[in-house]
Amino acid sequence: VIDVFQGDLHKAGMKPLTFVRQVLAACVYPPLINSSNLPLDARQRTQEELGRCVGGSVGEGNVCGLMTWKKMKMLVVQDPQGGAEKTHRTQLSLLCDNYYFCGFGPWLRTQALLNREASPRTGVLIPVPCHNKTVLSIMQLGAVAVPYYLSEEQGWALQVEELQRALESAKGVCNPVALYIINPGNPAGIYSSQCGDQVIRFAWEKRLFLLVDEVYQDCVYGENCEFVSYKRTLSEMGPPFSGTVELASFHSVSKSFSGEYVCGLRAGYVELVNLDPAVMKYIHTLFSKDSCETVLGQIALDLMMDPPKPGDPSYLLYKQEIEQIRTVLVHNVKRVHEVVNSLPGFSCSPIEGGLFAFPRLHLTPKAIQKAKVTAEMQEDPDTFYCTRLLEEGGVFTGPGWEYGQKEGTYHIRFCIAVPQDVMEELLRRLSSFHMTFMKDFS
Amino acid sequence: MNHGTALLWKRRALSSLSATRRGLPKEKMSENGIMSRAKVLTIDTMNPTVKKVEYAVRGPIVQRAVELERELSEGMKKPFAEVIKANIGDAHAMGQQPITFFRQVLALCSYPELLSDSTFPEDAKSRACRILQSCGGNSMGSYSASQGIDSVRQDVARYIERRDGGVACDPDNIYLTTGASDGIVTMLKLLVCGEGTTRTGVMIPIPQYPLYSAALAELGAVQIDYFLNEEKCWSLDITELQRAVNEARQYCNPRALCIINPGNPTGQVQSRQCIEDVIRFAAKERLFLMADEVYQDNVYAEGCQFHSFKKVLFEMGPEYAETVELASFHSTSKCYMGECGFRGGYMEIINMDNEVKDQLTKLLSVRLCPPVPGQALMDLVVNPPQPGEPSYGSFIKERTATLSALAEKAKLTEQVLNTVQGISCNPVQGAMYSFPRITIPEKAVKEATEKGQQPDMFYCMKMLEETGICLVPGSGFGQKDGTYHFRMTILPPTDKLKILLNKVKEFHQRFTQQYS
Repeated sequence: VIDVFQGDLHKAGMKPLTFVRQVLAACVYPPLINSSNLPLDARQRTQEELGRCVGGSVGEGNVCGLMTWKKMKMLVVQDPQGGAEKTHRTQLSLLCDNYYFCGFGPWLRTQALLNREASPRTGVLIPVPCHNKTVLSIMQLGAVAVPYYLSEEQGWALQVEELQRALESAKGVCNPVALYIINPGNPAGIYSSQCGDQVIRFAWEKRLFLLVDEVYQDCVYGENCEFVSYKRTLSEMGPPFSGTVELASFHSVSKSFSGEYVCGLRAGYVELVNLDPAVMKYIHTLFSKDSCETVLGQIALDLMMDPPKPGDPSYLLYKQEIEQIRTVLVHNVKRVHEVVNSLPGFSCSPIEGGLFAFPRLHLTPKAIQKAKVTAEMQEDPDTFYCTRLLEEGGVFTGPGWEYGQKEGTYHIRFCIAVPQDVMEELLRRLSSFHMTFMKDFS
Repeated sequence: MNHGTALLWKRRALSSLSATRRGLPKEKMSENGIMSRAKVLTIDTMNPTVKKVEYAVRGPIVQRAVELERELSEGMKKPFAEVIKANIGDAHAMGQQPITFFRQVLALCSYPELLSDSTFPEDAKSRACRILQSCGGNSMGSYSASQGIDSVRQDVARYIERRDGGVACDPDNIYLTTGASDGIVTMLKLLVCGEGTTRTGVMIPIPQYPLYSAALAELGAVQIDYFLNEEKCWSLDITELQRAVNEARQYCNPRALCIINPGNPTGQVQSRQCIEDVIRFAAKERLFLMADEVYQDNVYAEGCQFHSFKKVLFEMGPEYAETVELASFHSTSKCYMGECGFRGGYMEIINMDNEVKDQLTKLLSVRLCPPVPGQALMDLVVNPPQPGEPSYGSFIKERTATLSALAEKAKLTEQVLNTVQGISCNPVQGAMYSFPRITIPEKAVKEATEKGQQPDMFYCMKMLEETGICLVPGSGFGQKDGTYHFRMTILPPTDKLKILLNKVKEFHQRFTQQYS
């Protein structure tokens, strides 16, 4: 079975980054610092990382959710996303204390924002399509998810008019306090940095807290496409926006390939901008009580943000491995687009970012009816398609309804970060299955 | 497939009722007349339960300690050369050495190329291979199943069976977690429901590990305190449990009983009889039992022995074994491993309703999976080197050294503190802490109250400023009214611990003198 249901690269066969693995291994077992099996820079880096651990051990639990490392501050200041250096730098140095290690999940769970007892209930605007775990997390916290639809016709673009409509629709139902953006998107690939300006203005006008999930920031493929963080856009907009719009942006080691796709390490961070200092005190307490971050994960994060540089012994291999991954992704993205668009009843927007394809199934009403009748449990047509695809084609994908889609449309989602030969096999199986399916249900 | 999500997404037509209830952005005028906007997220609009959350172990005293460290490093003169953080049960931070074998296997798992390195023993290599084979893509970097890696759960089940003298353990009842805290909070989430007088009440020991009170505050559950008996070495009295639950029934719906054994901060190890009594009590009062057993290997006092709730439950026969609902928790952060930073843990759930189990699985799936290195480490803890294997000798040596050092330090702590007039310390039977009672002179209590501080916080803050020693005041854990305590770990290396204890002694004498 080709499992492309989740964005798990190692499971799919992508190789981890050597330098990262070497450093992590040596951090775990420090005698390796003297081993000639490891390159000098990996060994030196290990010493640096261990030097930051209390007691020199990755088993220590002092570094919980709190960012205490000076180096992190330095890194942030050198952040190439810094944009307008002067203003950004000042803001950065003020904000450096506002980094917390966490996974997006835990952050949401401790989300101070979502007031369970509020009446009307708290609302969060979320994109459709969207990662289903976000919706579940929001619901778990007793809030209401208010959908805004990305425009499939425009390559899943985010349109401010649609945000307005969504906000209107919430009247009388809940009190929207936050706007959740995925940049680049999941599952929809395109990212909305170009309209970042407009979105920030909208958030400012409507007094919405911006939650920006930027875990896929390294996965941008489109030509002439460049990731621009919301933080950068915000700072470049200057006052009154830059000093007032409340923003939380998230990054993670699970999805970045300039670091390591280490989903299993469960590490990430959130940067908090313009929050009320009184609230920050409580957030600090929340993060200190529940340490979900492993020390290894934090080290992986550090390696991600500060990789080998030209001149370092590991640089060439590192660069090569990154390029390899990138090449595979860019290639896969093209192939998926080519193949899917060549099949009848199947279409796919250009995938400009992220790790997933979210192609659309064009089923005739007859086909839908037939599918509904055939399905054992009154399944949606896309679930039915995915189940069949799994059983007959041996490819494990996710049905569109799990991520949300416009009424009457159907999609499937699958991860595109697999080795090239696996992708070819996937596309071959998908094509053959799809042709059969379309025939059977025409 | 998640039907909840389906319903959500199908509810496209959100009713658009009448006028907006969203207020206009509130503009505030500051003193010099400049308009400033109120934030979206303020103390008033924030989730109110967050305000109630406190976690003394990393609370204000620790923040001050960190400040002092910074000041020291910047060259400021202090009456001490270093800050000693004896507040948190973090073994490695205090210099405890990790178990070599565990670290070797984990290094091999992190960078499998090392499998060709001859400096690693064969048994470490074969363990690493076995672990990697159960990981997706043979890499620790993959997500695992939400309940945890299958083969690890099976190993945990076998460990529990061995530990409990053959009492059967079903791997399906094992859930790997991100440290024990993750499991505990998840279970509490499941248990909390109702409103007003039907709101879930959870019984917790006083003194307690403040994760419990913090979690209950965040979840909006009712905290039901039962007091451990300080005069009887912090023992658990059923009569006290009964009192607590009877009173609580007047204003909430008691549904769970949390026991920490060996105890934190108190260190008491419950007798087998006591555990049986607790089980009977839970059965009678229909309470879900939560047994926090993370210190199960940390038992020092003669005559004391760890008895797992699971084992005792089953030995009490089917009347209890088939009915009492129990969750027991373990972790890689304590015992002889002390690997807090790996966030490894598991919980075993007994007699849980099947439908609830499904919900539990769903709840866990939202956070995807616990960290894989932590799962791998847990696998090694439950499946350590066996006699005959190359690493067995050094493993036993290291484990024994760590545990006997802790036992020695437990005794030392009790002895030294009991020589101080005004400090009285119960024997540290297990776990990693001492929780001595301190007498605070009236004058000091008064000054503290005027400052708006708990007297023991006032005491600990003074101790920090004068000696650099960071402890946690008893008020952070709960204590009988009018009594004061502090919690100190027994983790610093023996020679440092001796210095520490003497400094505490000197400080206490000075403090008592100053406020007499």
